[in-house]
Amino acid sequence: MSEFLQQVVNGLSLGSIYALIALGYTMVYGILKLINFAHGEVFMVGAYAGYYSAGWLGVNGYEASGAGFPLLLALVVLCFAMGSVALLGVTIEALAYRPVRSAPRLTPLITAIGVSLFLQNAAMLVFSPNPRRYPAILSEVRFEVGGVILTNIKLAIFGVAMVLMLGLYLLVHRTWTGRAMRALSMNADAARLMGIDVNATIRATFAIGSALAAAGGILFGLDQITINPLMGVLTGLKAFVAAVLGGIGNIPGALIGGLLIGLAEQLTAGYLSPDYRDAITFVILILMLLVKPEGLLGIVRQEKV
Amino acid sequence: MTSGLSRRFLLLAALAGIAGFGCKDSKSSGSSGSASTPNGPASSEIVVGHYGSLTGNTAHFGQDTDKAIRLAIDEVNAAGGVLGKKVRLVTLDDRGDSAEAANAVTRLIDVEKAVTIIGEVASSLSLAGGRVAQRRQVPMISPSSTNPKVTQVGDYIFRVCFLDPFQGKVMADFAQDTLKFKRVAILRDVKNDYSIGLADAFKAAFTARGGTIPVEQSYSAGDTDFSAQITAIKSADVQGLYVPGYYSEVGTIARTAQRLGLKVPLMGGDGWDAPDLFKIGGDALNGSFYSNHFAPDAATAKSQKFVSDFKAKYGQEPTGLGALGYDAAGVLFEAIRASGKTDPAGIREALTHVKNFEGVSGTITINANRDADKSAVIVAIEGGKGKYRATVAP
Repeated sequence: MSEFLQQVVNGLSLGSIYALIALGYTMVYGILKLINFAHGEVFMVGAYAGYYSAGWLGVNGYEASGAGFPLLLALVVLCFAMGSVALLGVTIEALAYRPVRSAPRLTPLITAIGVSLFLQNAAMLVFSPNPRRYPAILSEVRFEVGGVILTNIKLAIFGVAMVLMLGLYLLVHRTWTGRAMRALSMNADAARLMGIDVNATIRATFAIGSALAAAGGILFGLDQITINPLMGVLTGLKAFVAAVLGGIGNIPGALIGGLLIGLAEQLTAGYLSPDYRDAITFVILILMLLVKPEGLLGIVRQEKV
Repeated sequence: MTSGLSRRFLLLAALAGIAGFGCKDSKSSGSSGSASTPNGPASSEIVVGHYGSLTGNTAHFGQDTDKAIRLAIDEVNAAGGVLGKKVRLVTLDDRGDSAEAANAVTRLIDVEKAVTIIGEVASSLSLAGGRVAQRRQVPMISPSSTNPKVTQVGDYIFRVCFLDPFQGKVMADFAQDTLKFKRVAILRDVKNDYSIGLADAFKAAFTARGGTIPVEQSYSAGDTDFSAQITAIKSADVQGLYVPGYYSEVGTIARTAQRLGLKVPLMGGDGWDAPDLFKIGGDALNGSFYSNHFAPDAATAKSQKFVSDFKAKYGQEPTGLGALGYDAAGVLFEAIRASGKTDPAGIREALTHVKNFEGVSGTITINANRDADKSAVIVAIEGGKGKYRATVAP
């Protein structure tokens, strides 16, 4: 029983990272109907931004001394990474997606794949392709509850993910920017006629989505111990599946999708075979598309002529 | 039809002209553009090809091996070369990818005209590259691929290291005799021929003498999350965990085991041998053991010189894989010297006769299977460093 609970705990912490990344896919898709395949790489750059900023603040990338790294500095690292990667997201949008925004939908999609490949290879050049040990910006504390090992990192992952998602939910539903986003996702032309600045709103969407991915990158590094320039490929794909599973374009859906994918992956690895851990995600995707293509919380919108 | 033929003929003639011109050109510049007759008077150098993972998840394997081969070649050239000819090394990166490894060997043979190939460390990649070398009839010496299948590819494939059945047995015996273990779990990399073979060898040797393997788990190279496997292993109540994988994942596995409270020694093979193991695994690896070809701190007179030369040239201690890269080059020079031949077929024949070659990683005799019979060492990890523990003869 304690083994099962342990797998569930591990699955939930992995799942909340997927959920953070899935939000970026969902938000961009909701507004531009674009699957931003470069989002997995944005997540990877976020992890590296955290890695380097922690280094500048004096946390050795390799051997954490175990002496407590002040929580405040950990938050500084988080904010720096989120800020710089938000900038990256906005830049990608301005340079790669805006020029092809009015082109047929296939064009931005292929552009996104190009950006993704570019970022992967640029990262291998700049960061070196060797996997790196993630700095312990949170010194790990372990405790046991009923045979299940919990760490402060796992709790922090869950906590940070929930706080950020709650923040996003409030932003989308309680602010003018959020209202503009929702208007844009319903009907871009009507939104423009109502005086909404489309470019600014899309910029904000990319900035927020990328910042959340950066947070996911740091949490992922803390959880998985090492990072490498290709970490965003599979993780990004799984987060995308999470977004589709929850209903793409739907924020609570991304959360539920992420947690379900994390759990499914961990339980498959633990009880079926670790060889199927990646496959199960895509089996779920296929089943979902066959049974309920709009996703768990998705709403079928009537196409108007 | 005739016009097509004549056009093809013209094209061939033009190509031949370019090749001939290139040859003349290369003599004056000193770099061989097309040494089509490596044994002829035209070639004043011996081209040795090396393919290895200079980047990617196992970058340390390729980099260390390449540094050591370069050291061996610089030394032999400084002493006047082999048979009066300079040795030139061409290294290509395969990024740890099987398809790239096959491409690299093709290029080394067809474009660079290498007469012998040295490579790879990883058995999967040696198999991929070895098939190409065998088809092209160019000898290949793997410095450190331990999977038995590697030299079974064909009669042009050699190696200078021990094999996995031996390496697995060494660790299984050590676990039973020295550590007194009865229950050990296995965690293998299912994408990796080396890891699969070594896990099988360990299991066969460990269970043959009454030990039990209550749980076997697996992962795939490149995975970063091992918590599911470690959780399953922890609930099986074992005394040790055998992880015959590569350093990049082993470090993370050790960390995960520590984090999830699996407090048993980890055991592994020569795939652990890289400085990054400690950078990633850190103190989680203390108390672990691995089998290896060579331990720098237990150097013989012969290998001491290698260790100090390597340190002087690169500012770091050589790994066991480096020692084997150095020996692969040494065995090749020995074969060329003994036979006086520098063509691929002649070198292949000469390699089969190498006997009692004093290498830095031990005495090397190439046996009938084109493998080397050699001893292994057990390295214990203490205080974030590998320390020599024991030598096991075959």
